[in-house]
Amino acid sequence: MTKITLSRALNEGMRRALEADPKVMIMGEDVGKLGGVFRVTDGLQKDFGEHRVMDTPLAEAGIVGTAIGLALRGYRPVCEIQFDGFVFPATDQIVSQLAKMRYRSRGLVSLPVVIRIPFGGGIGAVEHHSESPEIFFAHTAGLRVVACADPADAFAMIRLAIACNDPVIFFEPKRRYWDKAEVDTSAPLDAGLPLDQARIVLPGSDVTLLSYGPLIRTCVEAALAAHEDGRSIEVIDLRSLSPLDVATVTESVTRTGRCVVAHEAPVYAGLGAEIAARVTEQCFYHLEAPVLRVGGFAIPYPAAKAEEHYLPDLDRILDAVDRTFAF
Amino acid sequence: MTTETIQLLTPDGERVDHPKYPLDDVDIKGMYRDMVLVRRIDTEAIALQRQGQLGLWASLLGQEAAQIGSARALSAKDMAFPSYREHGVAWCRGLDPIRVIELFRGVNQGSWDPEEHKFHLYTVVIGDQTLHATGYAMGIKHDGVEDEAVIAYFGDGATSQGDVSEAFSWASVFNVPVVFFCQNNQFAISAPPERQSRVPLYQRASGFGFPGVRVDGNDVLACYAVTRQALRAAREGQGPTLIEAFTYRMGAHTTTDDPTRYRAATEVEAWRLRDPIERVRSYLTRTGQADAAFFEQLETEADALAVRLRAACVALPDPPPLSVFDHVYADSTAILDAERAQYAAYLEGFDEEVAR
Repeated sequence: MTKITLSRALNEGMRRALEADPKVMIMGEDVGKLGGVFRVTDGLQKDFGEHRVMDTPLAEAGIVGTAIGLALRGYRPVCEIQFDGFVFPATDQIVSQLAKMRYRSRGLVSLPVVIRIPFGGGIGAVEHHSESPEIFFAHTAGLRVVACADPADAFAMIRLAIACNDPVIFFEPKRRYWDKAEVDTSAPLDAGLPLDQARIVLPGSDVTLLSYGPLIRTCVEAALAAHEDGRSIEVIDLRSLSPLDVATVTESVTRTGRCVVAHEAPVYAGLGAEIAARVTEQCFYHLEAPVLRVGGFAIPYPAAKAEEHYLPDLDRILDAVDRTFAF
Repeated sequence: MTTETIQLLTPDGERVDHPKYPLDDVDIKGMYRDMVLVRRIDTEAIALQRQGQLGLWASLLGQEAAQIGSARALSAKDMAFPSYREHGVAWCRGLDPIRVIELFRGVNQGSWDPEEHKFHLYTVVIGDQTLHATGYAMGIKHDGVEDEAVIAYFGDGATSQGDVSEAFSWASVFNVPVVFFCQNNQFAISAPPERQSRVPLYQRASGFGFPGVRVDGNDVLACYAVTRQALRAAREGQGPTLIEAFTYRMGAHTTTDDPTRYRAATEVEAWRLRDPIERVRSYLTRTGQADAAFFEQLETEADALAVRLRAACVALPDPPPLSVFDHVYADSTAILDAERAQYAAYLEGFDEEVAR
């Protein structure tokens, strides 16, 4: 066990993957010499060479489009999109090509491509650097969409994503890159949960609080604060946003009778809406209150000095929890 | 810049030499046969669409030389990335034409094995495949292989797409073995090349740092010779080439299109005089390489192929309803399993009603 940052954990995970499989390649803007703008790929080009850790031209569609071609040739490309707001030039290649190739070919073609995207706000960035575009991809059949929340899981999940034979959109909580925790970097690939399973981070009995990515830490802090008030919150890290681990969610809500979903992405037509619908369908007679959602407003991501009003924080999450007890 | 068009066989069927593209032993009768057969496939497919047996067909009429010439230049190991009109290339890659018919009938979305035929799936979103071809060529280079190259097919309209420009950049920067084969058939549905570019398309390559060449796209020998040389250069590590095959889409964009709304019949007639098949027939006849029996036998073969395709097409079963849930992911998911089970139960409900 070593205490490392989430950024370092991802780096170690990719390092293991590069060591384990010569077909794994890292590609993206500034991932080589610079080690990525967040240093997530720091040192990998030095150790594995320019042919395996490749600085690309500045063209996101090109990154994903050529990664598809490399995957068709038998490689396992791990692409970095520098920021959430810069993925959209690649959306056509992701949605129209990457997601559909297996289906169109009736299973004859696999595209094991990972697209890493630092996402979310809270770092005081300029426009297009704080977004949460996960729902666009969760809505696209054929993609696996996951988000890691802490260093240990980041290490495990990036390795599972690279080993996965489906395309994986891998969201990294950028404001948690510097969070530190103990990580067993000698753990085998299958040591933990599968990529598509949710995880109960903190057990509880009064309300189920669902989230993913950067808000997991906020949710845990909220649960600890609520505990002082005698309220027991079960925090679940969804991990996989598509496909969704509905069973873990409904099992929990059946026990607690209350459910709050928190994400930075706009609440409107967000993942919380899908969860609310499924929980209502499957836990209807166990619910003490409607499923409540807390998240971004139906506005574009605001300027940095206003983002504290947009991002759900501990108090807004607890406010939603309080409201579920008001019904 | 002057606009030179490489030509080795004139519209009248006269063989002309070009110092840069010497052509020695070439199976021109085989090329002729391929062109006649793919035109027959095309004619039959249009008829099938008109009779409601296909949802759509994208005709290759007029582009037989560009496709057969370029595809015959490929080695067995070379990989081809088509758009959605490359039925002639598919034919040369050994793909049974019924596989293409299946796609346009709508019983699948083109489910052949790309590696088996070294022919990728059709790509409908314009230009996307040029990046796939470039990535594949990057893979060849990474593999350290020197006897394989890639060809990417696209049209004049695709040159306006950002993905195609990105593919040109990447292929050039990484110097990978890919040939960009642009069939300029003069139409992006209704829009002429002048709406896509102020310069001849092949000249755009120079801005990306690799050679571009225009070839008479209705001259199968020129298409063959120019593509062969570009592929050879690619395999030898000289990087990409852009080939603009200057041709003409004699038919509609697809069976849903009405070209009389945007082009003059006189223009079509002028291009008919440049027909890619007729000029080879003239050449074969004049040089005594083929006699009437050859042409008659080929017609018989073409008709038999059409009969076989028609029978196979109308016999294609619709996909089983629950198969729509297959192959979304490598393994099924709980959500898909639930949807499949729910829909299966819904369908079974009808059976019970019938039984009652």
